[in-house]
Amino acid sequence: MARALINVPPKATRGQTIEIKTLISHIMETGFRHDNVGKPIPRNIITTFRCTYNGEEIFRADLHPAIAANPFISFFTVATESGTIDFEWTGDNGFHETGSAKITVE
Amino acid sequence: MEHRGIRIDATRREMVLAGIAGLGAALIRIEPASATPATMQRAIHQIVGEAPVNKGKVTIDVPALVENGNTVALAIEVASPMTAQDHVKAIHVFNEKNPLPNVISAYLGPRAGRARIATRFRLADTQAIVAIAEMSDGSFWSASADVIVTLAACLESLD
Repeated sequence: MARALINVPPKATRGQTIEIKTLISHIMETGFRHDNVGKPIPRNIITTFRCTYNGEEIFRADLHPAIAANPFISFFTVATESGTIDFEWTGDNGFHETGSAKITVE
Repeated sequence: MEHRGIRIDATRREMVLAGIAGLGAALIRIEPASATPATMQRAIHQIVGEAPVNKGKVTIDVPALVENGNTVALAIEVASPMTAQDHVKAIHVFNEKNPLPNVISAYLGPRAGRARIATRFRLADTQAIVAIAEMSDGSFWSASADVIVTLAACLESLD
């Protein structure tokens, strides 16, 4: 199954803007390719990525077949309080993967 | 009265034209996804509607020459103070010549602190890509970048 790599700084000062990087293993099959007998390969992609910080949504993205295999997404957020940052990927064929990271804000 | 009559007529004509345009778009959509700048313009229109798209504020960080179109690093940064009053609501990326015009739509808010996203995407051909930022005041800002691709993505068959 898919595996996700999440990079969140473990510690931050209050109000600091931090970068969050995520990488998930996924084929991101576009639906435009054909196999060796000419049969179209059905689309199989991650369609939505969502990130919540202590339950509040801070980032969301709609992905399209143009996103490369093993989608890498990075973005920024302001470290407001200690807690958990949760990540959620959903996609075709019922794909669903979650991850989380702890952050300590001083 | 005459003025009013003319105005109603014009409105009706506009509606008929809009209907024809919509029908045309529907007919084109039935065809196999052809990669043209026009499809990108339609995809952009679906996001921004009739609002004007200004040039500026957006920076696209993408290599000018790409050897492998299967994985192209892309970063979009928007100049914005990212306060509750003035922030970037969304960043949309489009391409001209892939089978589909959309690349990514990212939704952020004042909690982002900095309006920058990075990802990796596919390019099927040498083409221009366009990034559009939607601001909290409803305005749209854009930038475009040309990328030369030597090995295309998306369309190859498996051997």
